[in-house]
Amino acid sequence: MLKSNRDPGYRFLYPKQYRQGELPMIRKLCLITLGLLGTSVAHADWALNMTKGVTELSAETYDLHMLIFYVCCAIAVVVFGIMIFSLVQHRKSKGAVAATFSHNTTAEVIWTAIPVVILILMAVPSAETMVRLEDSRDPDLTVVITGYQWKWHYAYQGKDVEFYSTLARESNDARGKDSGIDVFSVDNYLLDVDRPLVVPRGAKVRLLITSNDVVHAWWVPKLAIKKDAVPGYLNEAWFRAEESGVYRGQCAELCGKDHGYMPIVVKVVEPEEFLAFVASEHDEKARVASAN
Amino acid sequence: MSSTTHSAEHHDDHGPAKGIKRWLFTTNHKDIGTLYLIFSLTMFFIGGSMALVIRSELMMPGLQFVHPEFFNQMTTMHALIMVFGAVMPAFVGLANWMIPMMIGGPDMALPRMNNWSFWILPIAFGILLSTLFMNGGAPAGGWTMYPPLVLQTGNAFPFLVFSVHLMGISSIMGAINIIVTIMNMRAPGMSLLKMPMFVWTWLITAYLLIAVMPVLAGAVTMLLTDQFFGTSFFLAAGGGDPVMFQHIFWFFGHPEVYIMILPAFGVVSEIIPTFARKPLFGHDSMVYAASSIAFLSFIVWAHHMFTVGMPLTGQLFFMFSTMLIAVPTGVKVFNWMATMWKGSMSFETPMLFSLAFLFLFTIGGFSGLMLAIAPADVQYHDTYFVVAHFHYVLVPGSVFGIMAAAYYWLPKWTGVMYDEKLGKIHFWASAIFVNLTFFPMHFLGLAGMPRRIPDYSTQFADFNMMASIGAIGFGLSQLLFVYIIIKAARGNGVKATAEVWDNPRGLEWTVPSPAPYHTFENPPTIKE
Amino acid sequence: MSHAENRYYIPHGSHWPIVGSIGLLLLMVGVSNWLNGHELGRWVMFGGVGIMIIMLTGWFGTVIAESQTGKYNSQVDISFRMGMYWFIFSEVMFFAAFFGALFYARNMSVPWLGGDSNNFFTNLLLWSGFESEWPTNGPGTIGGHFEPMGPIGLPLLNTAILLLSSVTVTIAHHALREKHRGVLKIFLAATFLLGFSFVYMQAFEYMEAYEHMNLTLGSGIYGSTFFMLTGFHGMHVTIGAIMLTIIWFRVVRGHFTPEHHFGFEAVAWYWHFVDVVWLCLYVFVYWL
Ligand code: HEA
Ligand code: HEA
Ligand code: CUA
Ligand SMILES: [Cu+2]
Repeated sequence: MLKSNRDPGYRFLYPKQYRQGELPMIRKLCLITLGLLGTSVAHADWALNMTKGVTELSAETYDLHMLIFYVCCAIAVVVFGIMIFSLVQHRKSKGAVAATFSHNTTAEVIWTAIPVVILILMAVPSAETMVRLEDSRDPDLTVVITGYQWKWHYAYQGKDVEFYSTLARESNDARGKDSGIDVFSVDNYLLDVDRPLVVPRGAKVRLLITSNDVVHAWWVPKLAIKKDAVPGYLNEAWFRAEESGVYRGQCAELCGKDHGYMPIVVKVVEPEEFLAFVASEHDEKARVASAN
Repeated sequence: MSSTTHSAEHHDDHGPAKGIKRWLFTTNHKDIGTLYLIFSLTMFFIGGSMALVIRSELMMPGLQFVHPEFFNQMTTMHALIMVFGAVMPAFVGLANWMIPMMIGGPDMALPRMNNWSFWILPIAFGILLSTLFMNGGAPAGGWTMYPPLVLQTGNAFPFLVFSVHLMGISSIMGAINIIVTIMNMRAPGMSLLKMPMFVWTWLITAYLLIAVMPVLAGAVTMLLTDQFFGTSFFLAAGGGDPVMFQHIFWFFGHPEVYIMILPAFGVVSEIIPTFARKPLFGHDSMVYAASSIAFLSFIVWAHHMFTVGMPLTGQLFFMFSTMLIAVPTGVKVFNWMATMWKGSMSFETPMLFSLAFLFLFTIGGFSGLMLAIAPADVQYHDTYFVVAHFHYVLVPGSVFGIMAAAYYWLPKWTGVMYDEKLGKIHFWASAIFVNLTFFPMHFLGLAGMPRRIPDYSTQFADFNMMASIGAIGFGLSQLLFVYIIIKAARGNGVKATAEVWDNPRGLEWTVPSPAPYHTFENPPTIKE
Repeated sequence: MSHAENRYYIPHGSHWPIVGSIGLLLLMVGVSNWLNGHELGRWVMFGGVGIMIIMLTGWFGTVIAESQTGKYNSQVDISFRMGMYWFIFSEVMFFAAFFGALFYARNMSVPWLGGDSNNFFTNLLLWSGFESEWPTNGPGTIGGHFEPMGPIGLPLLNTAILLLSSVTVTIAHHALREKHRGVLKIFLAATFLLGFSFVYMQAFEYMEAYEHMNLTLGSGIYGSTFFMLTGFHGMHVTIGAIMLTIIWFRVVRGHFTPEHHFGFEAVAWYWHFVDVVWLCLYVFVYWL
């Protein structure tokens, strides 16, 4: 049903500036000059920090995050350092006598110019990553995702597989105010679903995200995808998971009372396993059809 | 001419009227300022109590106290009340009290309208708060009121829309009054560039208010007609777009956040020179920086919408323009730094709050800058990282700015010094708890906790516990603030001199403390 | 001259603002309840409107009386003027929100629904077959088939009326300054009569739209933007015309001097503002 990549519609979709080449040199330079401290503290699984994720882009996003974080830290050290020095040295109780100067054009020009330079250095790699995030051409698999209050619907394009995905039973039983169940005893409390989205490892998966009622947002941190599901419009996103595994996320746009209860689980499997999954879905469908 | 002999004709009395009528009918800028400030403090406590409901529920995973519907109502009402009921009116109150004094004017330019601007507020918030008791509960779609969700609000919906209209009318009238006062009521010799920074930042703020409050009014009006009159502004089937609301809302919303911080910049720019005993560094560049911030604030709005599926060019534009705002803001920070440099500092409570402002607002600014990086914002958006960002700029930013102002000018208002020891305790308690509350939220957000959820996965338990303890501590500390204010307002304390502080600059320190009911009936002469 | 020139003017307290707040409270609570389906709400609303009218009359009455007795010095006069400028600026921004919606719909959302920019799949999978066009009531043809409002005929006549009224009010202003009270009265009357005839025409146009063209508020985004923009504009014309009428009565009573006539000028500015909004409307709503 989907048109091919050579479809003229693509020219609409991806005008020239979207397809421009990358600037890896500049990016690397920035990373090297400003991220010197970066490598030593790169705890991927630190619960304090953003995840590195399992896609190239999630890793890139993570690096970008660390880069700006360290830039901010560096500026903070300088700014707060000077202020603290001043607070310690220039206090009345130590007998400091106030100077009377009230401007200095050179200083003012410098502290306007330096931030501009820093910002430009940050903007370049950010823009590059942004361009790549938006480039969902040539997918191996396309899934249409529809948000509902309060569940997700997945439809694999051209595969005749579709299903709803809702909060897992155990979490659902435990979440009530007077459930009497200790939520710590529930595995992956609020982060588990009955039917995960299954995709093959290494494949470029394009997501077409929309909603049936209010705005939701489909977010899986390890895939570095967060895209709003807007009723009446389809948004695009894509990922290529490098490692198989189970990746969890949540709806990230307030969508009513059960906004906190519509998690997302993506199961990345080996390609053969994926084929088996599709086949079993077809069998199941046939079984249900004949049973009726 | 014989102006002195006729003075009685201009206003019937020199003192305030008696009883309740004084407050209902007053046209006096000080009375109205007081009304605004009391109203704001009340709203801060109401909004804060709602924050405590939120924090109590989030203290541990699992639902303990409230239902998800009610939780969302609390989030929504907390934000609306804090933003429109606590922070904005507090700044308008400060403007009312101080601007006429600082520019050597007699009163606000349009005193009767001034009274009305205030008396619309209790009506607006009365209506808003009454929705808590309505069928379907209070609005629960977030303070951002995104459709289609907000259209699912029950009976509260039209009340929400109209209370926002009323807040808008009040703010616009207040802002008009402030602009006209500043432009037209200055004492002879008070040229624009001689004006104190607080007056300057308010001039710019008032301009922002007049420019964006009507846009918000327009946005909620479209919500109303979509709901009741069949229009399709936010309905794709009719050719509209739910995202269009977000654009219009944030066209208002982003300048709005600067509306909440610029007057605080002004306050800090008054306080730091006083306690550093050194003139403000770079007065004129401060003015230009504030103006640039205001200008840029109109072209960055879609940084709140990096995940809505904007075309790439749009994302890049809004990313770059947002990052630019760090430059003028940096100029302000550096100027404050240079003001303190080689000063002779002392650390009374107003100065302490200003310093905390300086440090913590900057931290909030840094996280803002991180959010501005569009690809990274894909991960941050709608998580507690954002909540951490904006509470850092709003609580130790705007709210500390207000508190600093309150301590700084309290002696001028009441005629007595506040209790310095209690003030310091209040400061340290607030400063410690505010960090305990909001710093862990950065980690929560980065680790993947979405905002606006009543319950969360167990891995987030520890930091949430910390934040909740911090919030309760911060709340309790504010009771001390109220005690200190009441004590001073009742005249309990050391009598304040006219100058109050060591050689402060500004006309407000040339009149006695407490300031007379009518400050300048004849224009003062401006020295320097 | 006023004896108050070198001193600040400080008015005494007033009960009108609080009356206004009560009026607003009743008005808003009334409308809200009415919209929620409570008939009683309507009567509360009318009560609120009544109080608002009383308040406005009383408040302006006081101000006019004070102005006539020479209590205001030139500083007060300037305050009023500046207040009016900024009020008009706020009105401009209010209209900007709706114009923004119009431009957004025409240049963004409707083309996107038709597959433009990064919305190729929006069109393909959700609204297949919909082609972007203007005017439109969207891919869901909300409100059913309708006829758009063309630029000629009534709207053109209305443009002429408003432009003419802009001329008459200027002539009246000159007459006021040059002490031709007779000319002033005639041209001011002409202005508000033109204003009311504009409103009449507009009402007629709406009736046409509803009864014969199936063009309603519910006609998708075209109907929404059309009626919201022209509707709010029409409301402003009505208010402006009423204000002009009041000014006319004041002129008849002998108010205003060639030097001092802020009330007149404020209304004239307002009238020009309404005029400019109409020109934008005419271009972007009716014509292009
Ligand atoms: C007082 C309020 C206030 C202030 C001042 C700011 C200031 C800033 N904000 Fe913030 N913001 C909010 C209130 C505020 N914000 C609120 C309420 C929200 C959430 C709304 C909601 O969704 O409910 C929000 C959300 C928000 C987002 C959206 C996040 C999301 O939802 O995904 C973004 C993204 O760009 C952002 C950016 C910024 C930036 C770049 C600044 C800048 O102005 C900061 C500039 C300051 C500095 C950078 C520090 C000082 C500078 C220096 C020391 C100079 C050198 C520095 C460098 C060169 C880096 N803010
Ligand atoms: C100026 C604005 C402002 C201010 C001052 C605050 C102040 C506080 N906020 Fe607020 N907040 C917002 C603006 C503000 N907030 C906005 C815009 C949102 C987004 C809403 C949305 O998503 O739509 C938000 C959302 C928000 C959330 C996220 C909710 C969610 O996503 O579900 C949380 C959670 O912790 C929170 C907490 C707090 C706390 C603990 C304070 C504290 O600083 C409050 C301190 C005050 C008190 C505590 C009251 C004083 C004391 C008493 C009442 C005495 C009694 C005390 C005891 C018995 C302990 N806020
Ligand atoms: Cu779906 Cu939030
Ligand atoms: Cu913003």
